[in-house]
Amino acid sequence: MKPALLELRELSIRFRTENGVVEAVKKVSFTIREGETLAIVGESGSGKSVTALSLTRLLPTPPAEYSGGRILFEGRDILAMSAAEVRHVRGGGIAYVFQEPGTSLNPVYTIRSQIAEGIRLHRPDVRDVDAEIVKWLGAVGIVDPAARMHDYPHQLSGGMQQRAMIAMALSCRPKLLVADEPTTALDVTIQAQILEELRRLRAECGMSLILITHNFGIIRGLCDHVAVMFRGEIVEYGDTENVLKNPRHPYTKALIACVPKLGSKQDRLRTIDYDWESGT
Amino acid sequence: MRTDSPLHRVARKYLHDRLALVSTLVIVVFFAVAAGAGVCSLAGWPMPMRPNATSLERKLLPPNAVNWLGTDNLGRDVLSRMVAGSTISLTVGFVAMAVSLGIGIVVGAVSGYLGGWVDNVLMRVVDALLCFPSFFLILTAIAIIGPNIWIIIAVIGLVSWTGTARLVRAEFLTLRESEYVRAARALGQRAPRIIFRHILPNAFAPIFVTAVISIPDAILVESGLSFLSFGVPPPQATWGNIIADGKTYLLDAWWLIVFPGLAIFAASLAFYLVGDALRRAAETRSQ
Repeated sequence: MKPALLELRELSIRFRTENGVVEAVKKVSFTIREGETLAIVGESGSGKSVTALSLTRLLPTPPAEYSGGRILFEGRDILAMSAAEVRHVRGGGIAYVFQEPGTSLNPVYTIRSQIAEGIRLHRPDVRDVDAEIVKWLGAVGIVDPAARMHDYPHQLSGGMQQRAMIAMALSCRPKLLVADEPTTALDVTIQAQILEELRRLRAECGMSLILITHNFGIIRGLCDHVAVMFRGEIVEYGDTENVLKNPRHPYTKALIACVPKLGSKQDRLRTIDYDWESGT
Repeated sequence: MRTDSPLHRVARKYLHDRLALVSTLVIVVFFAVAAGAGVCSLAGWPMPMRPNATSLERKLLPPNAVNWLGTDNLGRDVLSRMVAGSTISLTVGFVAMAVSLGIGIVVGAVSGYLGGWVDNVLMRVVDALLCFPSFFLILTAIAIIGPNIWIIIAVIGLVSWTGTARLVRAEFLTLRESEYVRAARALGQRAPRIIFRHILPNAFAPIFVTAVISIPDAILVESGLSFLSFGVPPPQATWGNIIADGKTYLLDAWWLIVFPGLAIFAASLAFYLVGDALRRAAETRSQ
């Protein structure tokens, strides 16, 4: 069995707001080994993005507060690191791809200069930065990368922008890529293409991947394990196939039932009825 | 392909604005005159007429073939004095703007990006400074330190950065929450680089507009100081003290007040219009 790359041990995060303390993440534990893919599934507000951002301490503190647990990356506790050490992990160890490609790129710079920043920061030994940029833009499926790298973000389509974001993340050679709903803002055909790119690149680069999504439909065949989050807790965690075939927790069952199936005759889409006040 | 940068688009819009072009031309002419006069006086080159040469038999002449804009009570040529004054006015405007912009950007950026107690402390300093009427603060400072053009510039700059700081802070408060700032942090970039490379260029348009509009403000303050004879000491001519000297002869020698007044008016209006045109050109960018 390969060594653990990232290990969360009973991580708890809370937010101090004017209306009281909100427990956003409650005792979350999971392990990702080298080359493995984990899907974190849950509805909005379930704590999956907070968990993702906490991995490199990207949450603003205050209001956020790491109230317990440990985040071990390559055996070292992220929460105990100095600011400089965490900066080193960001991008170089754990890289991110966010939901909104259009606004995640700085509008005043070409994508070339934005990708170059990451390469200069994490791989100072790279001599020919432009060649490296062209290589990665090509790898994520951008046609004519040598010309397109001089484009500004607004000149690219949404799918192209997300490919550029992925190229920016991968060009730093991270050991773990965290994709936080990378396809939610894109239309369905582009979604499939981007997921396919992620699957291929993950295998080629041999890195680990955390895919955050609210859509059970896209994780089969892409993710080894799945963690289902609900109200800040992991309610189900296991092998993707097992979870999909034999979901134990009622919330998981309901989530899976919400994915519309092709060819089945359904009048209404399934929804989850949940009473937030009573918790039933 | 590079021609589609945000800067190019603002420039393109600006160049299609006729009022902006005329105002720019006015500023360029003022600049050329001021720079020419500055260079001549520094290098000791002869000018058509020396601004401080007196001639009592030619005093208080209306505009004529020799003295195009007339002479004052000591027979000094008004046009020559206005040209010499333009150097002072524009220097005051630009250097004071640079001082206030420099302080305002740094204070506003740090305050807005870091937030928390740093923001609180810096903004209370700004509030405290804003409590004082700035013109009287300047008057007091100059009364204590003594009038000298560089001290006047420094004092104007030091009391006028508060507006810029507030504006920059407001921009930073919005922009630091933006997704590309989060992306830059997720890439492991340092705070100074995020502040100056990722956020500041995106706040460039409103900052630049404020900077341009603060130039005529400084010019007007200097003219006001000179008019109250707290400004640049005589015999050095400035637009303000030509008017101050001329106000005694208001009914007999209108040219002593009208021409320098027009110069102040034209320069200020041109800067305001340029600032306004820049704002309009930058606004269409974000549509």
